[in-house]
Amino acid sequence: MSQDPIIAKTEAEAPKTAIEMVGVNKWYGDFHVLRDVNLAVERGERIVICGPSGSGKSTLIRCINRLEEHQKGRIIVDGVELTNDLKRIDEVRREVGMCFQHFNLFPHLTILENCTLAPMWVRKMPKKEAEELAMHFLTKVKIPNQASKYPGQLSGGQQQRVAIARALCMRPRIMLFDEPTSALDPEMVKEVLDTMVSLAHDGMTMLCVTHEMGFARQVANRVIFMDAGQIIEMNEPEAFFSNPQHERTRLFLSQILH
Amino acid sequence: MAALSHSFVAKDLLAAEPAPAAEHGPIGWARHHLFGSVPQVLLTLFGAWLLYATIPPLVRFFITDAVWTGDSRAACVPASPDQVVGACWPFIAAKFNQLVYGFYPEAERWRVNLAYLLGAVLLVPLLIPALPGKRLNALLFFGAYPVVAFVLLTGGNLDLRHSLLGYLGLSAPFDALGQAFGVRAAFWADYVLSAVVVAAVAALIARMVAGAGAEKGAAKTALTVFAALGLVLLAVDIDFGLPSVETRLWGGLLVTLVIAVTGITVSLPFGILLALGRRSELPLVKISSILFIEFWRGVPLITVLFFATYMLPLFLPGRLTIDGLLRALVGVALFASAYMAEVVRGGLQAIPKGQYEGAMALGLNSGLMMRLVVLPQALKLVIPGIVNTFIGLFKDTTLVLIVSIFDFLGSLRAAFTDPNWATPTTLFTGFGFAGLVYFLFCFGMSRYSMALEKRLDVGRRH
Repeated sequence: MSQDPIIAKTEAEAPKTAIEMVGVNKWYGDFHVLRDVNLAVERGERIVICGPSGSGKSTLIRCINRLEEHQKGRIIVDGVELTNDLKRIDEVRREVGMCFQHFNLFPHLTILENCTLAPMWVRKMPKKEAEELAMHFLTKVKIPNQASKYPGQLSGGQQQRVAIARALCMRPRIMLFDEPTSALDPEMVKEVLDTMVSLAHDGMTMLCVTHEMGFARQVANRVIFMDAGQIIEMNEPEAFFSNPQHERTRLFLSQILH
Repeated sequence: MAALSHSFVAKDLLAAEPAPAAEHGPIGWARHHLFGSVPQVLLTLFGAWLLYATIPPLVRFFITDAVWTGDSRAACVPASPDQVVGACWPFIAAKFNQLVYGFYPEAERWRVNLAYLLGAVLLVPLLIPALPGKRLNALLFFGAYPVVAFVLLTGGNLDLRHSLLGYLGLSAPFDALGQAFGVRAAFWADYVLSAVVVAAVAALIARMVAGAGAEKGAAKTALTVFAALGLVLLAVDIDFGLPSVETRLWGGLLVTLVIAVTGITVSLPFGILLALGRRSELPLVKISSILFIEFWRGVPLITVLFFATYMLPLFLPGRLTIDGLLRALVGVALFASAYMAEVVRGGLQAIPKGQYEGAMALGLNSGLMMRLVVLPQALKLVIPGIVNTFIGLFKDTTLVLIVSIFDFLGSLRAAFTDPNWATPTTLFTGFGFAGLVYFLFCFGMSRYSMALEKRLDVGRRH
């Protein structure tokens, strides 16, 4: 598969260390949701995060683009440390794309407008150029012929692929996926996973919260298992699945792999 | 039992067939919608009776038995006791000008007509989605039209004396300057100097708050605001040779439309700001928005108008007087804004959190997020509520009568007192006509909003 030139170029320009989290702690009120998380992600790495619900895996990746605020520790994304400085937060969000469980497409805009909105208003790209870029990525996720429809007219799988294309239109250096396939009908999971695999082949730095273990085996450089707000185990997929070290990991894997 | 089996394999897909004949066509429709069950039959009969009992008498009174020509009450008074006389339309014809213009001087009524015409010419294309040039059209309607209409209706040529420095008592050196075309040189010298002073202060503050480099932007913003405001002031200051018409001479439909249009165009943007303020995370913004909304919603409009008209002058410094109509306008606009704010807030609350997160994750700052993602969806959701408020506002304008402003209904009631038209049916005719006029405006708004809703209803919500 040939690489996407736009993604390859963006990744090549980025710093070597994509994300650095040092001693990150977060509380929801009194609930300690992230406990001393340390994680360094290299440029071009693909990381899959799994764990039981409530283990803090979504919170972890949502801290990376500051949809959630951490209270202790440091998070450095692309060399920019996340603080309360709104300018820096916007700067980080421009470089970090995200896909959500429920897609969060804008229902009042067409597919094309969904994709061109941020490039035009945030990157100040001329309309024509933004539309060309959007069509490039809509072609990449294999739905260029739906560009003038509205999100409500598309299937779940198509919507999630549009969401991926929309994020890519900002030419992000890092992509976050928060359970991208768990709200989809079983028939549509594959089309979304295929898109994500192709993105991985393009060299995109990816953090992915998912329970699709087949996807983890196929593309991940590392798999992280989280429980009770901390990283329990982290390893290469081969070793992680065939020889889990921690008892909690073994229990979890035995429950999701039948 | 031999034919029953637990396994089954479909041989081919069944083709779709048309529904049974009794399910569609006029008979099917009547069966479903008129005579489906016993209660439905009873309701149908009751409805038919209700229509029979109301429509024919109304048609008789307003059309078949009505008097259409004549020039005094004689035409509308029954000639003999058993003659039935319906609506007295000559009364409306005789009072028509009063209903439309109030006591606006007859020689100057072309100005009102021109203002109506300009408003219609600018508004209609704005409401038709297919027509191009919306940006320019909106700019003309919301930016230029109010100024033009103000000059046309009042005559303009305001007596502007002092700008900022004048109120600080520093304008003495300019007072010797003369005036031309109704424009005082002293005022404009003061204005330009005020602009420079304010821009300098803004630049200084920006430099202290945001650091070096910020002062240029601040000064530019201040000067732009002063320039735009200056254009407006110049327009209302120049003497175009139009005789001044005081607002207490205005009346009828003119006043109704001025109040309603001002209230509508002010309340929407102001209401949106208040709704956003009420949801703000900044405590001071939030509290002041809540206070404002709850205060204005908690007071009856009559109280507001009464206070603005009779109490406010007692609190203002002696030489400062505000035009009576303007006071009512401000009262109505603030009142409507508070209601609008709550309508808009309802829409904002219906937007799922995911929409905010989707927008934020794309790097949109909060202003862009609101403008491009949240508000378009929220406002679309509450179009029925917004139009509801507009319609309520339109009818509430009749309350200005209690502060002696004669709007459409007020002018009508004044017309009733004319002994030349005292007939048994004058009152019914007048109120019937007024009802029709208000209905046409309100129904128009209602239909337009439904068309708008339909047009914006794209796809289903996820």
